[in-house]
Amino acid sequence: MNWMLNFVQRLGATGIETLGVFGRASLIWWRALWGMPDWRNGPTLLVRQLYFVGVYSLIIIVVSGLFIGMVLALQGYTVLVRFGADQALGQLVSLALIRELGPVVAALLFAGRAGSALTAEIGLMKTTEQLASMAMIGVDPLKRVLRPRLWAGMIAMPVLTQIFNMVAIWGAVAVGVDWLKVDAGSFWANMQSAVQFREDVLNGVIKSIVFGAVVTWIAVFQGYDATPTSEGISAATTRTVVYSSLAILGIDFLLTAVMFGVK
Amino acid sequence: MRMRTIEISVGAFMLAGLLALGFLAIQVSGLSIHDSNRDTYKLYAHFTNASGLAARAKISVAGVVIGRVTAITLDPKDTRAKVEMAIQKNVNFLTNDSIASIQTAGILGEKYISISVGGDPEVLKEGDEITDTQSALVLEDLIGKVLTSIGSKKD
Amino acid sequence: MAESDDNLIEVRNLRFQRGERWIFDGVDFNIARGKITAIMGPSGTGKTTLLRLIGGQLRAEAGSIHLDGNDIPRLNRNDLFAVRRKMGMLFQSGALFTDLTVYENVAFPLRVHTRLPEAMIRDVVLMKLHAVGLRGARDLMPSELSGGMARRAALARAIALDPQLIMYDEPFVGQDPISMGMLVQLIRLLNDALGLTSIIVSHDVHETASIADYIYVIADGKVIGQGTPEQVLNTDDARVRQFIRGLPDGPVPFHYPAIDYCKDLQLERE
Repeated sequence: MNWMLNFVQRLGATGIETLGVFGRASLIWWRALWGMPDWRNGPTLLVRQLYFVGVYSLIIIVVSGLFIGMVLALQGYTVLVRFGADQALGQLVSLALIRELGPVVAALLFAGRAGSALTAEIGLMKTTEQLASMAMIGVDPLKRVLRPRLWAGMIAMPVLTQIFNMVAIWGAVAVGVDWLKVDAGSFWANMQSAVQFREDVLNGVIKSIVFGAVVTWIAVFQGYDATPTSEGISAATTRTVVYSSLAILGIDFLLTAVMFGVK
Repeated sequence: MRMRTIEISVGAFMLAGLLALGFLAIQVSGLSIHDSNRDTYKLYAHFTNASGLAARAKISVAGVVIGRVTAITLDPKDTRAKVEMAIQKNVNFLTNDSIASIQTAGILGEKYISISVGGDPEVLKEGDEITDTQSALVLEDLIGKVLTSIGSKKD
Repeated sequence: MAESDDNLIEVRNLRFQRGERWIFDGVDFNIARGKITAIMGPSGTGKTTLLRLIGGQLRAEAGSIHLDGNDIPRLNRNDLFAVRRKMGMLFQSGALFTDLTVYENVAFPLRVHTRLPEAMIRDVVLMKLHAVGLRGARDLMPSELSGGMARRAALARAIALDPQLIMYDEPFVGQDPISMGMLVQLIRLLNDALGLTSIIVSHDVHETASIADYIYVIADGKVIGQGTPEQVLNTDDARVRQFIRGLPDGPVPFHYPAIDYCKDLQLERE
């Protein structure tokens, strides 16, 4: 009987704790983004962060995109060719990428690379008291450190996703048309008739913006909230990757249901 | 890290993203700048069965795409499917006795409308209706026909 | 209390709680203007917390902290921003911004609080760096500095706006003898030359006592001893003596509470 009470008590305590964390995270998000933009320093800081968050992620995005596109084409071909439907390879690959794989995989890679880097960086700034000294000098660290990073994530994620999609489709073309000899004309024609700009491409862009916002929010908050020790930062970095990944997959389901659900 | 290098890289990064989006828009989804309503005129057709036909389906003559299906509704007056079509303006030689039939492209069953032109001197104009139509082939009916014809042969 | 009537900071009845624990339970301090005041005590008694309370980073549950007419806990954000211009703080780890050069670090407070033209900022920065002996290191990144150099650079940043008050958080921790000697001398020099008021938080008795004008010893959330260095070093209070002399056993016991030794080794028969 006792253990049951204990269990419920701990469950409740965890629940309240989680609410507290979520509340803190929301407050920080709000305080970082609210208020007049800093016209003097803001653009420079934003460009800097776009570089570290976006440009540095390019390599892993491009390489992954290429391989995923090639594998999709290969796997898709082996299945479709059995039904004599290999001309549908173009639309299979492009729809899978633009609607789902592009935004989701790019976001997962982003969380692993840029998200963990952001958490570690901010956690380290907290540990070495840079955030505290910034506050002592009179600068709000939320506005100066967190805000440019939040915006950079929201902007970089859709850009990376489009690049991922493009590179993946090129990879698929290389495998499908050049190697497996699928007819180029029908490949592209079927693709173009199946993929619709507003429903597919734009929805994919919306997904990637949402993912970018969520991943960056989690990453930045975990860094800010981390215990200022080396174990604390390591734990925070792990949490960023895990929570981001779960959030991406969960939100993807929600968005897909709303955007592409059965009418 | 020099600020100039950073700025140039970020600029290139954003440009690459825009180009990728453009590629996806034009090459992959076939978005065309000429795709505007002013270049098309409306035609209608009634079908007893339009199952499988969807909005934005192709409309072709002799295999060449000349328009798209814009809407499919149920006509309450004769309980037939009323299909609204947008035909390119420069295709103005569809005769009054043209036949519109719903056909299947490839084995995966994507439905489209094929129009065969007749010999009537009068041509269809904005808001006209193609009266001669052939409905979609429904797989179950086809199988049913085959089964009954096999059955009747046995007798 | 310090004799002088001219106090830059007067802390009265300060109470601060973290979680369940009362870090400060009704303490009073006077920080005399133009003098070096040291706050000493065992680790974990909240010395750094005190600096944060004075700087307005934390808000006290009760009590007042008067700095030149401003009651710090009661200030709103804008007034706090203005008051912070009068303070400089040297953190334990230096806390230089790792993505800026030494020059940019020192220029940072100037850019935040003033609208001085670049040429003037350059002059001020070079003067401050010269005062700490790092003018030649201006283009280095913090990661390229040794520990002692990093602290000196952080000190230059702390005095960039010519503050009235400068606070040192454990400045002597982990320093080699040369750096230590340099820092001690710099602190005293700057205090006298610039007319600063300095607060040093430290548990390093010898170094701190050599430059401090007045010392407060705190433990368990209360002031357990205060006075000039000679007074404190020769005190009769047992707790203060244990701390000052570094005695292993006294009011702070050596043995962690445990059962009787003989019983533990099972030397006694039941």
